[in-house]
Amino acid sequence: MSAAPPHIKGGIGQSILRKEDARFVRGKGNYVDDVKLPGMLYLDITRSPYAHAKITAIRTERALKVPGVLAVITGKDLEAAGLAWMPTLMSDKQMVLPTDTVMYQAQEVAAVVADSRYAAADGAAAVEVDYEPLPVVTDPFKALEPGAPVIRTDRSEKSNHIWHWETGDKSGTDQLLTSSPVRVEQDLYIPRIHVSSMETCGCVAHMDSVTGRFTIYMTTQAPHAIRTVFALVAGLPEQNIRVISPDIGGGFGGKVPVYPGYVLAAVASIKTGHPVKWIEDRSENLQADSFARDYHIHAEVGATADGKVTALRVKTLADHGYTDAAANPSKFPAGLFHIITGSYPFAKAFVEVDAAYTNKPPGGIAYRCSFRVTEAVYTIERMMDILAHRLKIDPAEFRLKNFIPPEAFPYSSALGWTYDSGNYAGALQKAMQIIDYAGLRREQAEKRRRGELMGIGISSFTEIVGAGPSEKFDILGIKMFDSAEVRIHPTGKVIARFGTKSQGQGHETTYAQILAEELGIPADDIRVEEGDTDTAPYGLGTYASRSTPTAGAAAAVAARRIREKAQKIAAHLLEVSPDDVEWKDYAFRVKGVPSKSKTMQEVAFAAYTNHPRGIESGLEAVDYYDPPNMTYPFGSYICVVDIDKETGQIHVRRFVAVDDCGTIINPMIVDGQIHGGLTMGFAPALLEEIQYDENGNIRGGSFTDYLLPSAVETPKWETAKTVTPSPHHPIGAKGVGESATVGAPPAIVNAIVDALQPYGVEHIDIPVHPWKVWQILHGAEAKAK
Amino acid sequence: MIPPQFEYYAPHSVDEAVALLQRFDGEAKVLAGGHSLIPLMKLRLAEPHVLVDINRIPGLSYIREEAGHLKIGATTRTNDLLESDLLRRSYPILTDAAHEIADPLVRNLGTVGGNVCHGDPGNDLPACMLALDAAMVLAGPQGARTVPASSFYKDTFVTAVEPTEILVEVQIPKARARQGSAYHKIEKRAGDFAMAGAAVSLVLDSAGRVESAGIGLTGVGPTAILALRAGNSLVGQLPDESHLAHASQLAQEATQPASDLRGPMEYKRAMAGVLARRVLDQALARARGGG
Repeated sequence: MSAAPPHIKGGIGQSILRKEDARFVRGKGNYVDDVKLPGMLYLDITRSPYAHAKITAIRTERALKVPGVLAVITGKDLEAAGLAWMPTLMSDKQMVLPTDTVMYQAQEVAAVVADSRYAAADGAAAVEVDYEPLPVVTDPFKALEPGAPVIRTDRSEKSNHIWHWETGDKSGTDQLLTSSPVRVEQDLYIPRIHVSSMETCGCVAHMDSVTGRFTIYMTTQAPHAIRTVFALVAGLPEQNIRVISPDIGGGFGGKVPVYPGYVLAAVASIKTGHPVKWIEDRSENLQADSFARDYHIHAEVGATADGKVTALRVKTLADHGYTDAAANPSKFPAGLFHIITGSYPFAKAFVEVDAAYTNKPPGGIAYRCSFRVTEAVYTIERMMDILAHRLKIDPAEFRLKNFIPPEAFPYSSALGWTYDSGNYAGALQKAMQIIDYAGLRREQAEKRRRGELMGIGISSFTEIVGAGPSEKFDILGIKMFDSAEVRIHPTGKVIARFGTKSQGQGHETTYAQILAEELGIPADDIRVEEGDTDTAPYGLGTYASRSTPTAGAAAAVAARRIREKAQKIAAHLLEVSPDDVEWKDYAFRVKGVPSKSKTMQEVAFAAYTNHPRGIESGLEAVDYYDPPNMTYPFGSYICVVDIDKETGQIHVRRFVAVDDCGTIINPMIVDGQIHGGLTMGFAPALLEEIQYDENGNIRGGSFTDYLLPSAVETPKWETAKTVTPSPHHPIGAKGVGESATVGAPPAIVNAIVDALQPYGVEHIDIPVHPWKVWQILHGAEAKAK
Repeated sequence: MIPPQFEYYAPHSVDEAVALLQRFDGEAKVLAGGHSLIPLMKLRLAEPHVLVDINRIPGLSYIREEAGHLKIGATTRTNDLLESDLLRRSYPILTDAAHEIADPLVRNLGTVGGNVCHGDPGNDLPACMLALDAAMVLAGPQGARTVPASSFYKDTFVTAVEPTEILVEVQIPKARARQGSAYHKIEKRAGDFAMAGAAVSLVLDSAGRVESAGIGLTGVGPTAILALRAGNSLVGQLPDESHLAHASQLAQEATQPASDLRGPMEYKRAMAGVLARRVLDQALARARGGG
């Protein structure tokens, strides 16, 4: 019997319980609405009932008479201070409060400050605003037609066109597509959806007029970047600004932007000299915060007669609402949409995106998706099915025939990405084996003979996360590195601080496990902190599955830096030369005499009490990690649906998800991430969508109408893994937070379309409501009569 | 999510509650489970100046058979319906409906009275009450009066209840031998309002012919709908395939759906027919001693 391999308690690969859950499951988290400061006031917001209107008058007298109301702030007040407009992260402009025109329904119009939350709400309802309605544009195609009402009259360009972006080989793609014997094309619309995190947005802002210190507790995924934005926009000295992200109840990209409410609370605190709290309610969050998706896509794919993909051409119209308030890296206005060649070796590809203004809330944020990757994966995985169908090849066989092979990595894609590692066939074959793909196809054939509707759908996605290498990735000029600062105390206990910010992902556990593995110190002895700009090292925050690829890498690099110094101290303690010492099985050991060793804890104590001459005291290191490349997680999902022919209702019978995120740090947390991500991919496939009527009125501005899935209809997820480490990440990890959200929707839609193949269906736009299916079946029925 | 100010009263008797409604003539709303009223107030879509909370009135929560009727008190919680053996045995339509109303949190507080008299065409119990030929007992300044379900629903959010009246009890004719009943709705998501729903209660005679049949529909018109012709078409018939199909067709024709986020009207109309048929089958199976 061989001995168990040496391991450290809470090291990499162990499903230890999450350190943060001790407080979360007891209701002892500290969220922004838990923050109460002495003398704190409350802010509420009056919002526009119109999607586009001129403001002819704002009367505040009635509001100011409401008992408890202390102040009302309007656009005119902000204009005087140069704060009526502020920049978005995409170098567009957004209103904090309008001075003359509102551009979407639920837009902020005035802010009311009061000594209680109730008085603030009554005050906000008592602000009287006169509007003169203007023509509304909600359709981005119509917005670009000549003669369309221009929404952003503040710009010098008198049109609703924001930008055009393209990449790839246009003429080469055109030629190859034209010469490809098989071509398919399809329009796909990915509707507006909302992140709907459990906690809405909010803040407590406090300007101390005596010390000049400005402190803001806020729901932000990127506290350090926010501090810099405040310094640049408001002209405050950066050392006097402290941004604290306390516990956050879900971000998913929705807590990256700077919303007007944050600025209004800050202005209100400056105006009143008191701390001011602003917390959105659920309807405000759904109606006015940044949306995601809203891409109108036209895709064309070519193949050879024997079914090898050749070229891909994509033209997209992006609806950004009244301002481009996406949160992409600055050089990528359409995010990383050009990962759209996916898991396949297209020789040529060309992608172009145009962005348009409409009378809708701003956004285009990356909802649990590394910058438009959801849109890209949905498109390519749907197109692969359409192409397989045209070629009359089974979609699994078609993918296996076309995958970029494992030996081709690092692989350079037609649109300029260098994929780090992958084994796409391995993941798909594993999923096929778990779900018994051949057996399902036999069952389907049998059911088709009986007239029953069953479908099988595959999605073999390639993600791109971990933004990103400094030569390409920045936000407002700040490079997208991230950081770790690790300090070992004399008793061998660790405090580590990071530039990222967990919103539920479990960083306090995951980072501790990386450090446990690298330092030989149990995870229980490692305390992880994030989110306070006074204490944590600078970083760009947590979104786009970037924390493990960047800050997680920084943790490993900082720990290894500590080990270099510790090795010298260990040699001193062991009375040998540093060259005769090696780090093995979580201790410093004399080469050839492994029993002669010193633990990291022993070395740490010596670092403060008995270190050799010439080595400074203490044991700590900082690393700002600039990733050499992005990481490319991947996976294959297979979904089985049954459809009720009379009602069109779709039942997801099975869903197998095989993910490969490289080295797995905590399998339980990874599975949790995948379960949540799959549910967030299931939701827009079948339920979620924000619609507007022709007057720009939001349909579905509360959870009564914007339906999130419940436990009842959410499928039972079956998860499995393959492990293909990233060759450039210090521990081989790739990031996993978003894979499932990105990978799930096309698997579900592919299954539904597969079920409806007898009816000649090639595509159905999401969300696939039962009546969309019923209309297809009913139409066929009517025709048959 | 913060309502404007309001006054709050918690009377301890029906008379006291009615007196309050009279005193604040038209300005007061009755609060029972609060699962429709409070959200409307938080969104400031309803701004009553006075709430009369009837939860502390004793003796309004019961399910019992008495004098030829099943009687259900106004503040009986939805979950009480779900847990009642009497209902599961003799009035399974109400167990079915309770099971499909919202979620456990709502069912623990939402009341039968509130569900029945809110007047929301998406509520589930009104269609059941129509199918069961129930009557609503209303207490008012002049004492109590009884209104049959078939004339109770006037329009969306408008019922026969006057501003000075309180619904205190629902009376349902006592279950008979060979009676079968069932309810089912289809939703976009569990706990959501129905895309369409159907309620059926029928009685067979000893020869297996339909003696009476009530069919109610949820979410396919401005109010819950009694599909009278559909029910009557089965009376006196041995309910075979063609009669059931015909009744379902008539149920579908009784609908007046509007297109909204829960489906286009033609879908809702068709679903009323599909569900009427499925629920008829279930009710028949129960009447025959199965199901």
